[in-house]
Amino acid sequence: MNVELITFPFIVGLLAAAVRLAVPILFAALGETFTERAGILNLGLEGIMLMGALAGFVGAYATGNLWLGVLLALLCGGAMGLLMGFMSVTAKVNQVVAGLGITILGSGLSTLLFRLFFGLRSTPPTITMFPAQPIPGLSRIPVLGEMVFSHNVLVYLALILVPVAWIVLYRTRFGLALRAVGERPDAVDTRGLSVDRLRYISLIIGGALAGLGGAVLPLANLGIFWTQITAGRGFIAVAVVVFARWDPVRALWGALLFGGAMALQLSLQTLKLPIPSELLLMLPYIITIIVLVGVSRRAEFPAAYAVPYSRVEK
Amino acid sequence: MTTRGQVVLRRSIDWQALGRSTYQAALSVVLSLLIGALLLLVSGQNPVLAFRSLWDGAFGSVDRFTETLVQATPLLLIAISVSLSFRCQIWNIGAEGQVILGGIASIWVALTFSELPPAILLPLTFIGGALAGAVWSLIAGLLKAYAQANEVITTSMLNYIAVYLLAFLVHGPMMDPAGFNFPQSPLIARALELPRLVAGTRLSVSFLIALLMAGAALLYWRTTLGQRTEIVGASRRVARQIGLSVPATIALVSMLTGALAGIAGWGEMFGLHFRLIEEFARGMGSLGIVVALLGELHPLGMVVSAFLFGALVVGGNAMERNAGVPFALVDVIQGCVILLILARGYIFKFRRGAR
Repeated sequence: MNVELITFPFIVGLLAAAVRLAVPILFAALGETFTERAGILNLGLEGIMLMGALAGFVGAYATGNLWLGVLLALLCGGAMGLLMGFMSVTAKVNQVVAGLGITILGSGLSTLLFRLFFGLRSTPPTITMFPAQPIPGLSRIPVLGEMVFSHNVLVYLALILVPVAWIVLYRTRFGLALRAVGERPDAVDTRGLSVDRLRYISLIIGGALAGLGGAVLPLANLGIFWTQITAGRGFIAVAVVVFARWDPVRALWGALLFGGAMALQLSLQTLKLPIPSELLLMLPYIITIIVLVGVSRRAEFPAAYAVPYSRVEK
Repeated sequence: MTTRGQVVLRRSIDWQALGRSTYQAALSVVLSLLIGALLLLVSGQNPVLAFRSLWDGAFGSVDRFTETLVQATPLLLIAISVSLSFRCQIWNIGAEGQVILGGIASIWVALTFSELPPAILLPLTFIGGALAGAVWSLIAGLLKAYAQANEVITTSMLNYIAVYLLAFLVHGPMMDPAGFNFPQSPLIARALELPRLVAGTRLSVSFLIALLMAGAALLYWRTTLGQRTEIVGASRRVARQIGLSVPATIALVSMLTGALAGIAGWGEMFGLHFRLIEEFARGMGSLGIVVALLGELHPLGMVVSAFLFGALVVGGNAMERNAGVPFALVDVIQGCVILLILARGYIFKFRRGAR
């Protein structure tokens, strides 16, 4: 083991990587926070993120414009959210199994479309990613500058979205209605607001953000697309939402924890520890289980969590 | 499969309900195939050619037909495994990991105790595989029962962990020393291989074991344990009121679920591959869930749907080879089948007013 490699810059680099790797999960978790606050459990997140990753990649590849990739990912994710809305709000089916179906559909469809668009190639198609854009002045701050202010634009977007999501949820009429729908849908209904519409909107927001989270992988982190590129990040994002107790700011800390686990795993590999890489790769998944177990007992789920709403059924 | 659940203890056959479910299931599959064909059409492929090579690949000859049964074998076992949990409202999606653990443990037993006579060793490998699958599933079961940890997330995480564990073992401690660094374990002894049902094909006794387990599942739902499973699934509150321990039932059902998936892994090892290889369980978890749901979580229904998806897998591979259409088409069809089967009551309007 090369202990001399563990230097101060190494640790700062690790933390910066943690922030960068947290972003896909953060986008998805912020979206799912809206969805779950409205009383819907969307376990299709993994499939939606995969579709978003594909849409982002194809959009950027076809047009040469990364922002069109972002737009396409948002639209595609939103459409997948709409589909989950049809399943859970209109058809009122079991949300766990519906989410599973969405995940299987998304993972199959993203693979199929990628193959149909690009065929089998010896070298995978690539795109030029969002470049790192250090913020003038702020990026000069020691430690914090490299950690937070020297990233690509999607990282800043995700970080700005945290307070925005908080304000929307806690300081707007819409946020109040959304939270009420998750707790007392019948009360919202008697006030003349449409429970179904609010839930659909929450799913479209959640889907669009999950799509964006998936698109971060090809657009800013990897530059390519491959089958199952999200590798469980959708499920991890759902765990982050429970960890965060449905709060956007705590979701940031949760996402950073997993970004940290992924960054740690990557940098431990560069240290050439006598631990096989396959075992290090398990780290984020093991941490997810441990964290979930730690928080689930204390978590107060929204009262109408995963329960379809209908006026007749009580 | 409704959220509220109903206690349905089937005693006699309800022909009308059977007809209705068959009709809806068939319609779901046909619609899913049509969606797949449409996707191919839009992307400039020839769907007729694709589905033709799919059909020929699955049923074109006796050899192809036995291959369909070979693929149906693990799917049926996994579907039965999944149906136990799902009927208890435990959303265990960890079959893939449990299959992997079953494979690892059974091969480990076979290689470690290779000096034992085959008649003793083979049953031991079976037990080892079932046990390892049960323990892997029990982790998620206990965490759900006693820590309220969402089993969908824990089991999917356990799947990833199992995949990396398998990769680690076949690249490291269990790698065949004489295998030119291929990521695979040594072969098991010839005497441990399950006998073939049809000479010259890959169809082995493990297929009969899967059918046997479907029969066992039919009986299971008539035992007190089966009824307990269904009552806990229908209503946790009612179960508590009549004095059933909900956490203990969840743990027990999780173990049975894992054991059956572990047996599927054992069957893949001793009936098909005869050694550990990477990715031998890839995609089986989600396929097993689709088979279970399409079969309405009923053992006989699942036999039919396992056969159907066995054919789709074999045909899908042939389609990729012969027509150049990606196998992922089968995954898309899977997703469509699940969503259509779930929303069947709404989409097909068969049960109008019955809600």
